[in-house]
Amino acid sequence: MIAEKIKQFYNLMHNATPKQKVIGTVLFLAALETFFLLFHDSAVFWVLAYGSVTLALLFLVLANLIKKSLSAFFFVVPALLIFSIFYIYPFFKVLQLSHHAWDGISPKMTFVGLSNFFEIMKDRIWWVSMGNAGYITLIALTFQNALALALALACDRQIRAKNFYRVIFFIPPVLSEVVVGLIWRWIYDGDYGFLNYTLGLLGLQHLAHNWLSDPNTALTCVAIIHSWKGFGWGFMILLAGLQTIPKELYEAAKVDGANVWQSFKNVTIPLMIPVFVLVMILTILGSMQAFVLILSMTGGGPGYHTEVPVTRILASMQGSSMFGYACAQGLTFGVILMMVSFAQMGISRKLKQA
Amino acid sequence: MMNRLGIFKKTLSSLSLFLLSTVFMSGCGTQGAQRPQTAGKKIVVWHWMTDREEAFQELAKRYEAKTGIKVVFELYAPSDAYSQKVRAAAQARALPDIFGLLGEKRDFAAFIKAGHVANLTGAMEEQGGAWKNLLYEKALAVNEFRTDNPYGVEAGIYGVPIDVMNIQMVYNKKLFQKAGLDPARPPKDWAEFVADCQKLKEAGTQGLVSGWGEIWMIDCLASNFAFNIMGPDKVFATIRGEVPYTDPDWVKVFSLFKEMADRGMLASGIVTMVNKTAEQNFANERSAFAFNGSWCVNVYHGMNPSLDYGVMLPPKVNLKNPMYIWGGAGSSLLVNDRSAVKEEAVTFLKWLTATEQQAYLSETTRNLPSNRKVSGSIPEILADFSKGMDNVTHPNIWPVNELPKVIERFDKGIQSIIIGEKTPEGLAEELAKLKAEEMAKQK
Repeated sequence: MIAEKIKQFYNLMHNATPKQKVIGTVLFLAALETFFLLFHDSAVFWVLAYGSVTLALLFLVLANLIKKSLSAFFFVVPALLIFSIFYIYPFFKVLQLSHHAWDGISPKMTFVGLSNFFEIMKDRIWWVSMGNAGYITLIALTFQNALALALALACDRQIRAKNFYRVIFFIPPVLSEVVVGLIWRWIYDGDYGFLNYTLGLLGLQHLAHNWLSDPNTALTCVAIIHSWKGFGWGFMILLAGLQTIPKELYEAAKVDGANVWQSFKNVTIPLMIPVFVLVMILTILGSMQAFVLILSMTGGGPGYHTEVPVTRILASMQGSSMFGYACAQGLTFGVILMMVSFAQMGISRKLKQA
Repeated sequence: MMNRLGIFKKTLSSLSLFLLSTVFMSGCGTQGAQRPQTAGKKIVVWHWMTDREEAFQELAKRYEAKTGIKVVFELYAPSDAYSQKVRAAAQARALPDIFGLLGEKRDFAAFIKAGHVANLTGAMEEQGGAWKNLLYEKALAVNEFRTDNPYGVEAGIYGVPIDVMNIQMVYNKKLFQKAGLDPARPPKDWAEFVADCQKLKEAGTQGLVSGWGEIWMIDCLASNFAFNIMGPDKVFATIRGEVPYTDPDWVKVFSLFKEMADRGMLASGIVTMVNKTAEQNFANERSAFAFNGSWCVNVYHGMNPSLDYGVMLPPKVNLKNPMYIWGGAGSSLLVNDRSAVKEEAVTFLKWLTATEQQAYLSETTRNLPSNRKVSGSIPEILADFSKGMDNVTHPNIWPVNELPKVIERFDKGIQSIIIGEKTPEGLAEELAKLKAEEMAKQK
């Protein structure tokens, strides 16, 4: 099996262009060095792994541009350097720290191999926080995006003052998350909150309670506000997508006798799939990383009911001074988000083919 | 000819001006005798104390006028953001000359071991310990590492307290009167506290409010009760792993929170309330009791200057033991050991903690001064707070400290008890298990 894989890899490399061979070799070396680093702490390997990826990128740019003009290459170098310093280096630094026990201050770090990652696997609170983030994401994917789509469809029609509505719907996303959190905390307040007051006016006093301190409602309240705060982004992207659909298609469908629902199902949805995928990926990434709103509304409480991965990373880093563990949590979280995004893209590709 | 004469006149006038300024400068000699050595130097101080910004700027002006040294107070708030900034600066070796540090004793120790903090013992002991003797012992203790401390830090004093604080309970005298209680007689023990809360509840007033969304405040009151119920030795034995959290005394500590929740003695939404909201709640006379630190005097004054309230120790559960409260140094300033103006920084801190400056700070910021010679200018309510200084303790002066994961589970667990999700016994078992696991990891 392994021999077959090696043969496949050899054939792949054999048929590759010289440029692909160089990049492939460098990236393979980087992967190999990174793999070694998981089990052995060596400054040489860290530098090599970081250097290899930077070299691969540099070569990629060089190979593409050198044919056209050398000056073009030099225009790209600053951006490449910035990318290398601010993206690739931090990634390797986080990878390095995630294999150490470090308090964030001491000059001495202790290499602990993969034990931080094993610890995460056993950390019940971490997985509770992942579940909470998943719940917020689910609400955002359904409630937030349904609201965004409904409003985008409404604004796509020839209605009066549609530009005014566009501005109004985009106000929540531009508001500060801390301000939104503090305002909604007042609205949800158990004694003097606007929500309970309104329920009282409607004769629904029995429903009034402290929404954010009740474990049964705290997370849902946070998720709803997160959706309210975020639907404007989805609205704008979906509206832009809807406006790219040629009106002739709707007219043709109408001539063929299609009603509103059939037009929506057979014209709008198929053509909007790439936009839906984009909105869904952005929603997932944004919701899983929800943080400021939670800090300003509940601080992760009561108990662990509104804890999300980012609050846990912060707790490890600041509350417990476990920088290495926090970095491992960050990496694990990043890998999970990448997996979710790839799965989403795969599903959307299949949907498009269907 | 005219040109040469012009050059001669210009040279002569420049020379005269130079001579004149030299004579003028030397005429100012005696008062500015020390200036040539220090003038032009700059001390940068980082802090997070928003309420003291104006007072600090005023003191900086006074110090510059006196010594010629410019002191720049740079404010970074809120405290979380400040804490991150200080850590990042430490990692980049870019700390200012003087800085405050937020965190636990182990964080303090890490900064010292990394060479970021100067040992001030020598300066404190100079002239027969004149500086040290000026400051409250308990405030200094927070900044002190004794011989054989568990962190492996060289023994010494590493920080200068600029104020002292303690965390007690305050009660609203007007609401007491309204509920038919004697405002001059706050509850002394648990039974009285429960009875008073019941009367207040009947009068339509909420009982106790505190920022228990910030879990350290739960930790604070819970450890007050623990010290009172079982005494410090047993608390330390628990931290060392010699007494399990399933011990009946610990269950009793957790049960107090359950009792408060069950009897409706707590303000609504207390488990997610930040302290600022709790302070607003008490200042607006919505709750009769608040668990808060002495800094609240300034905060309440800003929110409701006519608020009539008194200070009391948290109610005793075990009448035989004293009621310990958290306190000591309120805010401390540390000197960067790598600072180019280290000596000047130490001299500035000596000046800042001298009686005159401390009296000014206390008066303008309504905080308890760290200088024991300051008296007279403290507001009455602050003086009441100062009476609690005899009962002060703090995790930073304990011989042992609990593991971070256990502290978090302890505090969050109490939140869960308050919302009725866990029982005191259940939390005790959970903590005992976690403690055993964490101790195994330490080995």
